[in-house]
Amino acid sequence: MKLPFILAMGRRESRASRRRLGLYAGSIGLGVAALVSINSFRANVTDAIRAEARGLMGADLELRSTRRFSAPIQELIDSTASDEIVVSYVTNFAAMALAVDVQRTHLVDVRAVQGSYPFYGTIETEPPGRWAHLRSAHNALVDPAVLVQLDAAVGDTIAIGNARFTIDGLLTKVPGDVGFVTALGGRVYIAAAYLDETGLLGFGSRTVYRAFFRFAEHRSLDSFLATYEDLLRNEQVRYETATEREQDFTNVLDLMARFLGLVGLIALLLGGVGVASAVHVFVRGKLQTVAILRCLGASQQMVFAIYLLQAVMLGVLGATSGVALGLVVQASLPTLLRDFLPVEIHVSVEWPVIFAGLVIGVWVAVMFALLPLLTVRNIAPLQALRREFESARSPGVLRFGAHAAVVLTMVALSIWQAPDLTLGAAFAVALGSTTLLLWLSAWFLIWMTRRLFSRKARYVYRQGIANLYRPHNQTVAITLAVGFGVFLVTTVYVVQGSVLRQISLDATPNRPNLVLFDVQKDQRDSVESLIVSHGLPILNTTPIVPARISHLKGRNVREILSDTAGPRVPRWALQREYSNTYRDSLVDSERLVEGVWWNSGYLRREGERGNQPSRRPLSQPRTAADVYRISVEQQLARDLRVAIGDRITWDIQGVQLETEVTNLREVDWARLNLNFFVVFEPGALDDAPQTFVTVTRSESARHRAEVQRDLVLAFPNVAGIDLAVVQESIDSILSTVSFAVRFMALFSIVSGLIVLGGAVATSRFQRIKESVLLKTLGGRNRQIRQILLTEYAALGLLAGLTGILLGSAAGGAFVAFALELSFHPPILPLAAIWLGTAALTAAIGLASSRDVFRKPPLMVLREMGE
Amino acid sequence: MIVAEGLEQTYTSLGRPLRVLTDINLTVEPEGFVAIVGPSGSGKTTLLGLLAGLDRPTAGRVALDGQDINPLDEDERARIRAEKVGFVFQNFQLIPTLTALENVLVPVEIRRALSGGAAKGAEERAGNLLGRVGLGDRLHHYPAQLSGGEQQRVALARAFANEPKILFADEPTGNLDAETGRTVIESLVQLNNEERTTLVLVTHDTELASHAHRIIRLSGGRIVEDPGSRPG
Repeated sequence: MKLPFILAMGRRESRASRRRLGLYAGSIGLGVAALVSINSFRANVTDAIRAEARGLMGADLELRSTRRFSAPIQELIDSTASDEIVVSYVTNFAAMALAVDVQRTHLVDVRAVQGSYPFYGTIETEPPGRWAHLRSAHNALVDPAVLVQLDAAVGDTIAIGNARFTIDGLLTKVPGDVGFVTALGGRVYIAAAYLDETGLLGFGSRTVYRAFFRFAEHRSLDSFLATYEDLLRNEQVRYETATEREQDFTNVLDLMARFLGLVGLIALLLGGVGVASAVHVFVRGKLQTVAILRCLGASQQMVFAIYLLQAVMLGVLGATSGVALGLVVQASLPTLLRDFLPVEIHVSVEWPVIFAGLVIGVWVAVMFALLPLLTVRNIAPLQALRREFESARSPGVLRFGAHAAVVLTMVALSIWQAPDLTLGAAFAVALGSTTLLLWLSAWFLIWMTRRLFSRKARYVYRQGIANLYRPHNQTVAITLAVGFGVFLVTTVYVVQGSVLRQISLDATPNRPNLVLFDVQKDQRDSVESLIVSHGLPILNTTPIVPARISHLKGRNVREILSDTAGPRVPRWALQREYSNTYRDSLVDSERLVEGVWWNSGYLRREGERGNQPSRRPLSQPRTAADVYRISVEQQLARDLRVAIGDRITWDIQGVQLETEVTNLREVDWARLNLNFFVVFEPGALDDAPQTFVTVTRSESARHRAEVQRDLVLAFPNVAGIDLAVVQESIDSILSTVSFAVRFMALFSIVSGLIVLGGAVATSRFQRIKESVLLKTLGGRNRQIRQILLTEYAALGLLAGLTGILLGSAAGGAFVAFALELSFHPPILPLAAIWLGTAALTAAIGLASSRDVFRKPPLMVLREMGE
Repeated sequence: MIVAEGLEQTYTSLGRPLRVLTDINLTVEPEGFVAIVGPSGSGKTTLLGLLAGLDRPTAGRVALDGQDINPLDEDERARIRAEKVGFVFQNFQLIPTLTALENVLVPVEIRRALSGGAAKGAEERAGNLLGRVGLGDRLHHYPAQLSGGEQQRVALARAFANEPKILFADEPTGNLDAETGRTVIESLVQLNNEERTTLVLVTHDTELASHAHRIIRLSGGRIVEDPGSRPG
């Protein structure tokens, strides 16, 4: 029978506070919206990928190799192909496309198709149906980006190598491809029948050979793999099934969504802080009412339940509005993240996610409300007679329990949202640590302000600062809430800025911004002459010698690969085709970490060790006993389990070359330099089959485009990369990624501002009282405005400073330790964030305090007296 | 109806003990009207709080309607208050978020929640009580919409809502002007007579105290004059 009374009193007690409590409900709502939107989106993506699993690959199985399929493999494929198992080929390579009419060039990703690929899903084109005509003539289907890059149109002619194609249509949908891959080089589909005509598949071309299979029955696929897995591995042919592709996509997108969800979880935490703050102030205003109810006979349990009901109502309201907002945001996420999605996403309502959002929203509101609600339990009825009577504090065990409830809630939510237990626990620890640090920083800054603020300052400033630590102030809570949003934005900004700065082009005169590769040996001089004739410098020409490891420390690679008992060496490190080079000095992105660089052109004979110069100078003809020195990148050396003095035998186009590790290098891979895993000493590879990479520089993008055009006309196989374009593309990708993170962080920022607005609204009555008192004593509106402005600006400065200091620290630590890049705090942008936060806080504070100026003193005094 | 034996009350202030009441013994008969008077700081309100079970004495015992309330915990005392006691406070103590009628109904609803019984005609009685104090047309007004005197009259109606056996009033006219106070007193005395409650009134208003059947005078925490007391 208690419930009807509790419900009735709960409803009545909320009458005067609904608007304010509604505001705080909004902060819970934002957190719920973040979780519902991202988790619903994740479910939609998973469903879409599952539905189009085979369409992601266009086949059941893909075989992939960086060299033409060896005879055993081709024999396997040919013997397998039948009515039941259909095979199609796609050959990928990068090449320069030339728009013949306008003479514009650009690097493109050429895909030559043979057979009826794709077996599943469709490649859609504009005009529709042009895929069917691809093989019928010299037709090309291109990405819209290619038209832009080449300044061409459908119907124009493009040259790829020595062959010419007509642009027959645009690619509008290619199953399984994600949008951002076209940022670096658009796709061009041609028929494989014209591949040889291009003349581009010669030595040094970076070509990927792919065979796609359609199996009539799935068990045939399983049987095929079981039978031929070893052969494929031995022939260094990689394979992937449609199921594995689906799983990969699902895992990546799931990871991305869960990560964004964790960011959204922060908004929920701030919502909880807002609720705790609101309930604290709400309860403080109800002390007399509770005392009266206790006087009139209500039990502890009854009064606690009445006010707990407020928290539940707040949670229900917040969670419900959050779900509604979340559904709206969910509908926009496919557009926001389209560059990262391999399939079209159909937005649908995910009821389990909605239910979880509602439960979580109410639960978080209640858990954060528990601690301030404990006060209600201990209010003595005697307070109705004596206002000054101090009620006892809640027992320690109850307060501990309330704190524990909050901590456990956030840990549980972190684990639930994260991809795995470890990451969830780590996130919970990070969240707790950040909260604690923000709280401590806020408390410290407030303390410092109090200590250091000059007593000689004008009254309005002193009063504004003093308001920060008035009894029952919400300063720390607001600083925490707003500061968290600033912390998130700052961290993302610092990381993004550091990454971009690291890879940005150095504008100094000797840094290249145009890279030309696949220059054949007999073309080198002519290419360099052409470049020089355009007035560009030859900054460097680097030889590239493709090679594979045949023996490692005397053991055959195949033997190592099949040895399951010995130490593990990664398969990729043993089987890959290395692009090696030779030179006599280190470059500026390298640093010697062990061993000694070769300074003399001497060869060693078999049996000689170390870096001792031998008696045979380089100028003498090489013999089979000669052992060349190599420098190995330190991480690769760890993977290969080689140290200084170990031997590696290389297979260079069928010729075996023995080498000895002489030193180890640390390479800064983030630099836009030509970096190598392995560097040979001069003379080792002079006669080896090789191509060259020539780098040059021009300040003018037009000039660079002209050079590329002339090169392509004269040397169709030579491809060029304008690094400025690459940087723009990387900028664009990073910006999209950071935008997605900042979008989720926005929930936290708005949540923090709601907490601010709510706290301001809560103390409104007290401010009105104070302003009336000041006006009665002769104060003017302008002075009151100055006091409020000082208070809110100080609050914003404190919150902003807390956020940017910790955000810079967190971002800097991530950049330095996780990304291993150098960290340079962006002072001016951080200052802008700081001052922006202060301005925004002051604006919200002043806007919420309009009543303070509007009401005439007498009206308020009358209201107060009654 | 009310028995106090050997009551003492000591508070700690700034780390030092402060004795507020010493050796208080008194008995109030059923339907009695007792005024407790004394200068400010004499312990009047403290005594009222002890008699009403709102506080625990440092020494001594209190019995209400034959039941010793000392051993009872806070919730048990609350139940007794709900069943047997009404209150009128100096600063009215209406719940600002409730209308006049809802304020009057609160004790009834609490009692109903505790005992499980349905209070028939409670709303009608509440409206009737408000009518008797001259606020029959203000049932749905909030305290902020009422004057001080009107609020106190609502408090009076609330105090009688549960047909209490005992009514405690702490300076009921303390925050009112003389004329308004007189109106409130008239309503209090009239309701008390009609409802036949035992009324204990704390006041420093001699005119108000003159309405009582018996005046107990406190000074320095002790009873210095009590025409109706029994030897302790």
